[in-house]
Amino acid sequence: MLDGDVIQSLVNGTWLTIRLTLVAVLLGTGMSILSGLASLSPWRGIRAVNRVYVDFFRGTSAIVQLFWIFFALPLVGISLSAFAAGVVTLGLNMGSYGSEVVRGAILAVPKGQMEAAVSLNLSTMQRMRHVIFPQAIVAMLPPYGNLLIELLKATALVSLITLSDLAFEAQKLRELGVASTTVLFSTILVIYFVLALGITGLVRLAERFFSRGLDIRRTVRRPTP
Amino acid sequence: MNIPWDWEFAIDIIPDLLDGLVVTVQATLVGISIAMVLGLVFAMARRSQSMLVSRPVGFIVEFVRSTPLLIQLYFLYFVLPNFGIRFDAFLTGAIGLGVHYAAYTSEVYRAGIEGVPRGQWEASTALNLGRADTWTRVVLPQAIPNVIPALGNYVIAMFKDAPLLSAITVVELLQEGNIICSRTYRCLEPYTLVGVMFLAVSIPASIMVRRLERRLARA
Repeated sequence: MLDGDVIQSLVNGTWLTIRLTLVAVLLGTGMSILSGLASLSPWRGIRAVNRVYVDFFRGTSAIVQLFWIFFALPLVGISLSAFAAGVVTLGLNMGSYGSEVVRGAILAVPKGQMEAAVSLNLSTMQRMRHVIFPQAIVAMLPPYGNLLIELLKATALVSLITLSDLAFEAQKLRELGVASTTVLFSTILVIYFVLALGITGLVRLAERFFSRGLDIRRTVRRPTP
Repeated sequence: MNIPWDWEFAIDIIPDLLDGLVVTVQATLVGISIAMVLGLVFAMARRSQSMLVSRPVGFIVEFVRSTPLLIQLYFLYFVLPNFGIRFDAFLTGAIGLGVHYAAYTSEVYRAGIEGVPRGQWEASTALNLGRADTWTRVVLPQAIPNVIPALGNYVIAMFKDAPLLSAITVVELLQEGNIICSRTYRCLEPYTLVGVMFLAVSIPASIMVRRLERRLARA
């Protein structure tokens, strides 16, 4: 059904999709934390700048951002490679949604924890690192997992700016006519689905890891009807 | 830094872009109609007593939600014709958008349905209401109003995903931008204006949804 060359192309495409996802996740996670903390900042200026960032990236779609960064930015002197443009767009885009996840989880940590940390004379950094974050991270993980899947799905957009990811290989193979489109696109959908399942599995593991030793019940994923 | 922005050119291309915006909005509207109805069907089917219904529907919802809309659009556009099902690009795109978001709205409806107290179901049984009456007269009228803001957020998300239709040749807002960019070799103005137009619709829309949320929270 699929010969060797076709499989090779699909493997290459999958590998690029995975690499792009991983690098964009790094940026996206960093931006989520930064932006989430900025939204809780006592300084008005920082909150305002953050508001603009979040509204801008949530107000437009990833594909428009990608085209703007790849095709329009070079005209004002900022040229990025297709891969870099993909990473920047997807990472910043994820950060704008992750911002709310981080903020919500931090606010959900009981107030007494912060007060106790203050009374123990911990510095701001120490309060965050040793008290607030370890507890907030457990609440963050389920929505964070959803963001990762959204990011994985959004990587398909980079095929439109000439990057040869999985979606690009699919289009290329279709145009070459080397495989039946039915088999080809079904395979691609299944590959994305399997990657998404992998992400879900990893997030579950992380949840188990981070909730160890904490005096809280594991978050219930699905209430049974 | 000298930014090569040409106002005259920018104003010239606005009418073309607005034509594209109209198509984007139309695709969104068709998509919304599909997502609202199909999502509810999915949500109700997942609660079916027969596992032969609830399991496959659950799988379909998970599958659609975990795979990229772009590939789903390609699938509809390039694969369905192999089976003799053929729509034009616009309709294919709108259907794809609708089905993709139906997977999301079904989760929203599900949350709403689960929010209806168990006693309501039991009372319906006690009153000897049939399954259809229980759904349409007791459960849904209580479930749906609470989830309207959440549905509103997905309406905005659909609007923002509509430019993906350009990948299957629909001439919507982004595609108008692409055409202008390749015709004139000027890309800064069209793509910037495309972004501005998206913001111009989605920011007021999300403010409206937030207001709706607050009003429902008070009621």
